Amino acid sequence: MDGFLLQIFSGLANGSIYAAVGLALVMIYQSTHHINFAQGEMATFATFIAWSLIENGMSYWLAFFLTVGIAFVGGLVVQRIFIRPVERAPILNNVIVFVGLLVIFNAMSGWIFDHTVKAFASPFPTVSAVFPKYISGHQLGSLGVTLAVLLVVYLFFRYTPIGLAMRAAAQNPDSASLVGIRVSWMLALGWGLASAIGAVAGMMMAPVMFLDPNLMAGILLYGFAAALLGGIDNPWGAVIGGFIVGVLENILGAYVIGSDLKLTVALVLIVGTLTLKPNGLFGRRVITRV
Amino acid sequence: MNLLEVKNLNAWYGATQALFDVSFDLKQGGITTILGANGAGKTTTLRSMCQTVKTSGEVVFLGDRISGLATDKIVRMGMAHVPDGRGTFTDLTVEENLRLGAYSRKDKDAVSEDIEGVFEHFPRLKERLYQQAGTLSGGEQQMLAISRALMLRPKLLLLDEPSFGLAPLIVQEIFEIMRNINKTNGVSMLLVEQNASLALNLADHAYLLETGNVVLSGPAKDIRSDESVRRTYLGY
Repeated sequence: MDGFLLQIFSGLANGSIYAAVGLALVMIYQSTHHINFAQGEMATFATFIAWSLIENGMSYWLAFFLTVGIAFVGGLVVQRIFIRPVERAPILNNVIVFVGLLVIFNAMSGWIFDHTVKAFASPFPTVSAVFPKYISGHQLGSLGVTLAVLLVVYLFFRYTPIGLAMRAAAQNPDSASLVGIRVSWMLALGWGLASAIGAVAGMMMAPVMFLDPNLMAGILLYGFAAALLGGIDNPWGAVIGGFIVGVLENILGAYVIGSDLKLTVALVLIVGTLTLKPNGLFGRRVITRV
Repeated sequence: MNLLEVKNLNAWYGATQALFDVSFDLKQGGITTILGANGAGKTTTLRSMCQTVKTSGEVVFLGDRISGLATDKIVRMGMAHVPDGRGTFTDLTVEENLRLGAYSRKDKDAVSEDIEGVFEHFPRLKERLYQQAGTLSGGEQQMLAISRALMLRPKLLLLDEPSFGLAPLIVQEIFEIMRNINKTNGVSMLLVEQNASLALNLADHAYLLETGNVVLSGPAKDIRSDESVRRTYLGY
């Protein structure tokens, strides 16, 4: 029983990170109808920035917030420079740009910070203050941080005028521009936010997995599975999907398939969702008049 | 000074030209209608005002040249557009739709007050305030579209086929309310309608468009009594 609870808690801790990555994917999908394949590599690059700030003597939390800020601006700049020119282009052009960004960010991580595996410190105590038997200090801390991020994102979209404008721009760009919203900038803001959320996920993952240029490659798959499972057009579905994927992966890994085959869970979920329930658990079926 | 002056306006969809040297102007405070058959260029004319189609020529709004400006800038100058198809933000609540209408206004404090003001014209929306806008009936969505546009406190309201797809009684109700809004708020309106008799009743000035050209213009009551308009567009 103890072992089972341990798996559940560590599944929730991992799941919160998948939830954050899934949310980042959904945010960009909602406004552009594309999956940003580079989401994970952008997060890895941001995590390297945090690492080098901390290595150079900056305190953890200062580096954390600075990195979130840098990631936000970086996402915004990437949208303006690389995505905006293909906004109206066919889907394949977009996919090529996304793959290009993935390769560029991955290569930049290796080129600037080299490919050796690095330890990334956790800001949390090793032993958890609550349920020390079932959850480690870092797991509890990262669960707390990602939940806080999700809450902030929720409040931002729900209660601020700019959040409302971003939702409007994603949903109906033509109407949005007719009420005076600068739709193109709202898309850029969305990229900034998604990139910042990804950076948080990266920094929370790095102490568990160690930091190397491929840190987030697998996590992106889990995040994608989370987003698909929850419904790719539903941000809160993606969050719930993230927790489900995290717990499922851990339990199956511990008791059924073994930890080497864990990533298969994500792949099976992706294929399974797409074939059996393409709209996900909480997604809406979109009917388009032609 | 005229509220709006349009000179030699051309508009294109891709390589297809939809408007040919259209010129007209609007007086402050009035209701003007543009009549015409399907494909005459009515909707395109409205879209050209907000620059959501490719245009050439000159559009002057309140003394400022607006041709070539971005849509959101023109909206911020006080031009509100009720687009064809109503442009409802279907997943957002009625209240959020209304707040979006006031998005580009600087006097945020007056917004809640204005929402109340809108309910005086459309009390039905008040009952639906926290409902998803997509669940509203067609008539209610049209009311919402007009209300959303009014939330800008516009100097000019562009209305694209507000009667489209609605039951005659609802249409009457909405047109009556539009007349009231024009009287009480003094908002100038440019109305595009297929239902010519309805539009000529409401408007004080009318232009007739045929295949992208203005072929007739004058006070609404003169247009109404024009022999060919009567036969072609009023059907008696």
